[in-house]
Formats: sequence, structure tokens, C-alpha cells
Amino acid sequence: MSAVFEQIFQVGFLAAIIRIATPLAFATLGEMFSERAGVLNLGIEGIMLLCAMAGFTAASLSGSLWLGVLVAVLVGALMGALHALFTVALGLSQHVCGIGVTLFCSGLAYFLYRLIFGQQSVPPSIDGFKPVPIPLLTDIPILGPAVFNQFTLVYLAIIAVPLAAFVLYRTPWGLSVRMVGENPRAADSAGVSVIATRFQAVILGGALMGLAGAFLTMAQFNAFTFGVVSGRGWVAIALVVFGRWDPWRSAGAALLFAFVDALQLRMQASGLGHIPYEAFLMLPFIFTIVAMAFMSRNAVAPSALLKPFRREER
Amino acid sequence: MSAPLIEMRGITKSFGAVKANEAVDLSVAPGEILGLLGENGAGKTTLMNVLFGAYAPDAGDILVEGRPVAIHNSADALAAGIGMVHQHFHLAPRLTVLENLLIGIPGKSGRIDRAGGLARLQEIGRQHGLSLEPNLPVSALSVGEQQRLEIIKALFRGAKLLILDEPTAVLAPSEVDGLFAALRSMAAQGLGIIFISHKLNEVRALTHRCVVLRHGKVAGRVDHPASTTSAEMAKLMCGHEIVPPTREASTPGAAVLTLDGISTSGHAGTPLRDVSLFVRAGEILGIAGVSGNGQRALADVISGMLPPKAGTMTIAGKTVAQFSPRELQALGLGRIPEDRMTTGLVTNLPLADSMVLPRIGTEAFSRKGLLNPAAIRAFAEEQIKAYDIRCPGPMVRAGALSGGNLQKALLARELAFDPKVLIVSQPTRGLDIGAARFIHEKFLAMRARGRGIIVIGEDLEELLMLCDRIAVMYEGRIAGTLSSADATVARLGLMMTGAGHTEEAA
Ligand SMILES: Nc1ncnc2c1ncn2[C@@H]1O[C@H](COP(=O)(O)OP(=O)(O)OP(=O)(O)O)[C@@H](O)[C@H]1O
Ligand SMILES: [Mg+2]
Repeated sequence: MSAVFEQIFQVGFLAAIIRIATPLAFATLGEMFSERAGVLNLGIEGIMLLCAMAGFTAASLSGSLWLGVLVAVLVGALMGALHALFTVALGLSQHVCGIGVTLFCSGLAYFLYRLIFGQQSVPPSIDGFKPVPIPLLTDIPILGPAVFNQFTLVYLAIIAVPLAAFVLYRTPWGLSVRMVGENPRAADSAGVSVIATRFQAVILGGALMGLAGAFLTMAQFNAFTFGVVSGRGWVAIALVVFGRWDPWRSAGAALLFAFVDALQLRMQASGLGHIPYEAFLMLPFIFTIVAMAFMSRNAVAPSALLKPFRREER
Repeated sequence: MSAPLIEMRGITKSFGAVKANEAVDLSVAPGEILGLLGENGAGKTTLMNVLFGAYAPDAGDILVEGRPVAIHNSADALAAGIGMVHQHFHLAPRLTVLENLLIGIPGKSGRIDRAGGLARLQEIGRQHGLSLEPNLPVSALSVGEQQRLEIIKALFRGAKLLILDEPTAVLAPSEVDGLFAALRSMAAQGLGIIFISHKLNEVRALTHRCVVLRHGKVAGRVDHPASTTSAEMAKLMCGHEIVPPTREASTPGAAVLTLDGISTSGHAGTPLRDVSLFVRAGEILGIAGVSGNGQRALADVISGMLPPKAGTMTIAGKTVAQFSPRELQALGLGRIPEDRMTTGLVTNLPLADSMVLPRIGTEAFSRKGLLNPAAIRAFAEEQIKAYDIRCPGPMVRAGALSGGNLQKALLARELAFDPKVLIVSQPTRGLDIGAARFIHEKFLAMRARGRGIIVIGEDLEELLMLCDRIAVMYEGRIAGTLSSADATVARLGLMMTGAGHTEEAA
């Protein structure tokens, strides 16, 4: 076991945590914006998959990775708009519509992928993003090479957390989002459009989920497989609760999950071979469940979460 | 006289078959306080929601300072200088006072303009004597403070007309004076105010002019409220005289409910400390006190929502073992909770279902484990008629009822089963005077039939009229009990502040 603990403080291990945390952080922030406005988006798993596929396809056909990222973000925003259309404009059940969006997006991703790439024995891959070291900062011992020798998308995620906190807590739009998620009637009577604010928040959330998907196929795996998301979307939903709907805490939750996941990967690799590897795979999820059970007891969801808003009703 | 501040012409608004407003004309001049009166369901709130842009009228025009304006939503209304304090507050409890004020206000260089907001808050504090701690979460404010926040919110947006929908229904008598002083100061500075209340003495004390609605139409106008009697106004509202009921002398029987040394702990609000009281058959016991002195816990213990830490309770001679609502109901207790919306009726269910909810499993409403919709419906229809609950029918969502009609529905539900002992909080809050009289008569009839009633209330006039004895609560204890012969508003008021302990052998 001590070998495992030694590894924790290795550059490679820290870098792995950061890499695993990045798509989770994007997805968690995306879900958080949506839920702060009062809209649960269970479409997250499917949206991430579709965006992973769309970004990968665009990058592989055009040869431009950033075009791929842009396509993924736009597709994510579009799917967010679709979810908002059902849940915000039409006021339908958020649970049902979210699962519908996940099924629709997953099906669409499989279908389009087969249509474009056919059935190949080895899935096609692309030349993904390369780490971009940041001069000077990389020279910091251990932390430098682990954090500041990463993909540009990782840096984007690191910036996204304080930016999300700023937008949510310091801007008038962020206040509207919070108010709309707490008491839409109060926002409405203060002259804020509940429908528009919720649409915007869910669309922004979808775009962030798109970034998460793009990271998976263009930086982490450089290929698209049907299992590429493998539950990360669902984990993000749990992390939002764990992070109490706060950008900083949510990002912290993503890091914690990534730590357990990275640890689990190392344990699989480091000679504890007599234990079936599936046992290790379970670890991060068991951790999530246990942590949720302890941490979410005094977490309070936005009061208007799941509640559609219709003006002339009381 | 110059053009009125606000003028509404021929406003009509229907909800399905219900004509909530029909060709209503109304105007307010700068500096004028207009009273808007009417029975429950007369359409007062609807009319104000139209003015504030929350509802779109089917017909009619709104003029602001002589110019017609189109008000499609609250943003339009705010831009036209109209602010509203709703019957149920529109605040986000977990956000701070300042955040609730700044919602919808454009920021400064992309950020929330906190400094500007604070300055404006101070200015309003100086101008009208209304102030609040800006960084407190709204959930930490008392009801009166939340209302102050709603008023500040309207002024913050530069309201020239302030609409207050039953603002005094949620206030303690002492807070009412503060509110009136603030409203008078605002009117003196040229603001127009529309004031809705069912308490006619308040209307007479505060307003300059009144408009009375009945069944959605203007039934009359009062030009000099101060020199008009409450009886005259009541007649305009209801279309007939309202005679106050009389409480006949009677000799109470044996105790139907007793509390002995009840103490509570571990819940929100003031805990009870060694509370002992009883109510006898054929007796109405009043519980007076400034709200927040343990009335909530007392009502919760008696209705089985809160098991006490110490002490015993008996109903009709049987000691209560479990303190569950079901057990108490079986022993013959009826209860009408204080918070109608959350623990009273289920606002998203049909009214009929809500009205049988506590007895849904009993033989009257279900057979072999299945509901009997015909019986439920018939029961609801009967009660709607008996209590004159104004609504489209028993299958309407309970939440669509006007505030007063919701209250009537709850009373009907409990009284229909003729409980041995009834506990009720603020029985006529939000009721028009006709409906309040009707409820009072029901209580007195129960008393004559030998039932016991406990009335928790802040309206001392009402308690004095109804009750045989009045106990005063102070900081979770019974500060003293007065018989109706000894009780006066002044004496009760003194005891409510914790001064002058008075013991009385009942
Ligand atoms: N959103 C709604 N949907 C359906 N019916 C409604 C709605 N709002 C009001 N009504 C109906 O319109 C009528 C007028 O209601 P309103 O709330 O304006 O009465 P009110 O004069 O304010 O009564 P109260 O004194 O009890 O508050 C009532 O019959 C009510 O049931
Ligand atoms: Mg009303």
C-alpha cells in the first residue's frame, strides 16, 4: 500500500487528477447553471455523448481541432435549447424530458457516427490536443509540470470556475438566474423574464456540457467510442449536489472524484492483481454515494428546482 | 384637478366561467390613499394584478398621468411607476435583502451595482423612515420586515403608485401603526397608494376615498371614509346588513381538553415551558399574545404535529399516548392550521380532494380501499354551498381560490365533522366581515352544542367578543388567564408584553 501513497505525490499522478477532473468540471458547472435557474437537466449524459461525437467528427473531417470544439459547444447549446423548449417554454416534466433528451442524443450520436464512419474494426482516431506548457509556471516543483503543462482546454476549465462564480454572484444576470431558481414569481414581479433567463441558463449549461464532451474525444481519448462518456454525466449531477450548487464547491467535488478515480487506476496497475479490477472501478462511484450521503444532508436545492413557471397560476 | 396618477377604465377579466372583474373604473390621484374593499373573491387581487401586469385584462384601458399605457408584464408596470406588495410576498428567502432589491436592476460595467444599491437603500431610509440590514438573508427577517422589504423594493424602482394587497393581515397590531405612519409619509410626499384590507376600522383610519367591489363590479364608492361607519361600508360590500352575533351566557361542562405541564424543545420557534391549560365543554378559550411567543408550538402539540418533551395531554378524559394527528383526530380533535398554503390545503389538487384529505381513508369517502369520487364530490359541493365558497366548482385547483375562500374551505372541512374540541389559529385572517361573522356564528353554535374551542389569535377585539376566557402567552409560558368579565384590550395588551402577571382561578 505504501507504494500507492508514494505515487500520490508524483507529477504524473497529479496531472492525471487534473485531466480526469476537467470534463467533470465543465459538465458540473453546466449542470449547476441549469439547476440554479430551476431546471434539472438529465439530458447531460446524452448531450455529452452527442457533443463528443460531433466535435470529433468535425475535427476529423476538417482537420481543425478548434472547429471541433466550436461544433461541440454549439451542439451542446442547441440541445440545451431543446431541453429548455420542453421544460421551460412548455412546462413539461423535467425528469421525463431530460431522460428523453439523453435517449435522443445517444441514439443520434450512434446513428450519425455509423453513418459517417461506417463499421470499422479499429475506431478511427485523430491527432488530439497536445499539452501547452506555460513558461515559468511549469518550473514550479511538482505542481508546475502537473498543472501548467496541460491541454488548453484544461486551462479553460481552470479559468471557468472563478468565471462561473463571478457571473453567478456578481453580475445582474447571475442574480436573475439565482432568483429565478429560488422564487420565479419574485423575479417576474421585479420585471425579470423567467422564461428568457431559464432558457439562457440551460443553453449555457448545454454549451459547457459540450466542452466536456469535446475534451473526451479530442484531448483525452482522441477517438470516439460508444462508451466514451460512461456515466460522467450522471456523476456530474451528483457532484452538483455534493458541491451544493456552488461553482467553487462543485469544482472541488470534481477534483475529489478525480482523485479517487486516479487512485483507483493506479491501484489497478500497481500489483494488487489478485483483486478483480472491477472492484477498483467501483471505488469512485462508491465514494460518490458515500460522500453524497454525508455531505448532502444539509444541502438545500434551489427552491424552484423542477417547478415550471406559469404566470397566471397561483 | 390635474390628471389622476393612475386611471383604470372598463377593466374586465375572466378566468374560465368566473368573471373576476367586470367593467371596473378606478383612479388614484397623487398623494391619495385609495381603499379597495370587497368580499372574498370580489376581484380585488385580480384587478391589482391586471394593473401590475401579472394578468392580461380581456378588455379595458390603463392610463398613467393621463396617457394610455400598455402593461403586458411587471417590467412594463414598474417602468410606468407602479409597484405592488402582494398578498403572498414575492421574495427569495435564501438571497440577501440587497440581492432581493437589486434583482432586475441593470448593473454597472457588467457587475451588480452594490454600492449604488446601498446608497439608494439609505436614501429611502431617510426619506420614509424604512430601513433594513442589507446583508441579512431574507429568511432571517420577520414577516413585518419582509413586508417592509417589499415596500422598499417598490420605492427602489421609483414607484409613484404603491399597491398593498392586505398588508395588515400578516402584521401584529403594533406593527400596523408603523406601517400606517410610513404610508402616510409616502402619501404626503406625493405617492399614490391603493390599500386593500378587510378590517374596516383600518380603512376608515387610513384612506381618503374607497372603491367597493362586489362580484367583480364596482358596487359603490365612499368619498369620506372617516365619517362613514363600518356598518355602512359592510352593507355596500355584502349588499345587506351585518349583525354582530351575541355570545349567550352559559355554564361550561367538564374539561374536554387539558394540558398539564407541557414543555417542548428541539424545534424552530419559541419552545413551550411548563404550559398547563384546559378548555371545557361549551367554552371558547382564547390564546392571546404577540406572535412568536410559543403559539406555533402550542398549536402543533395540540394537533399532534409536535410530541412534547414533558407533560401530558388528555382529550375527553383519555390521555394522549402517541401525539400523531391521526390519533388525535380519532379522539375527536379538529384543527385549522395557521399556514393555509403549506399545511392546510394541497394547492395543486382539486378542491374536493383537499377538503376530505384528513378523512380520506374513512368509510364516508372510500370503500374497500378505493376512493369514492362521487361521495367526495358530493361532500365538497355541499360544503361549497353551505359556506358560500366562491369558486368555479369542486374540481378546481385549490390554489386558484382567493385567499378568503381558501380559508372558508378549510373551516368547512373541519367543522363538517363536528369535532369535540377544535383548535384554530387566526380563524378570520383574510376573511371579509360577512364571512368572519359567519365563522363566529359557527363557533358560537359549536359552543352551544357543548363543544370546546381554542382560538389562537392576535386580534384582541375578536377574542374579546368570542371567548369565555383568554390566556396570554409570553415567551413560551402562560402569563395569565382572564375571564371575559375581567379582560380588556388594555389589560391583555399589558400582559402580552410580559408585564403584570395576573392569576385567576377559573
Ligand atoms: N389564477 C386564477 N385562476 C382561476 N381563477 C382565479 C384566479 N385568480 C382569481 N380567480 C378567481 O377570481 C375571483 C376573484 O379572485 P380575487 O383573488 O381577485 O379575489 P379577492 O377580492 O382578492 O378576494 P380575497 O379578499 O379573498 O383575497 C375568485 O372567484 C377566484 O376564484
Ligand atoms: Mg385577494
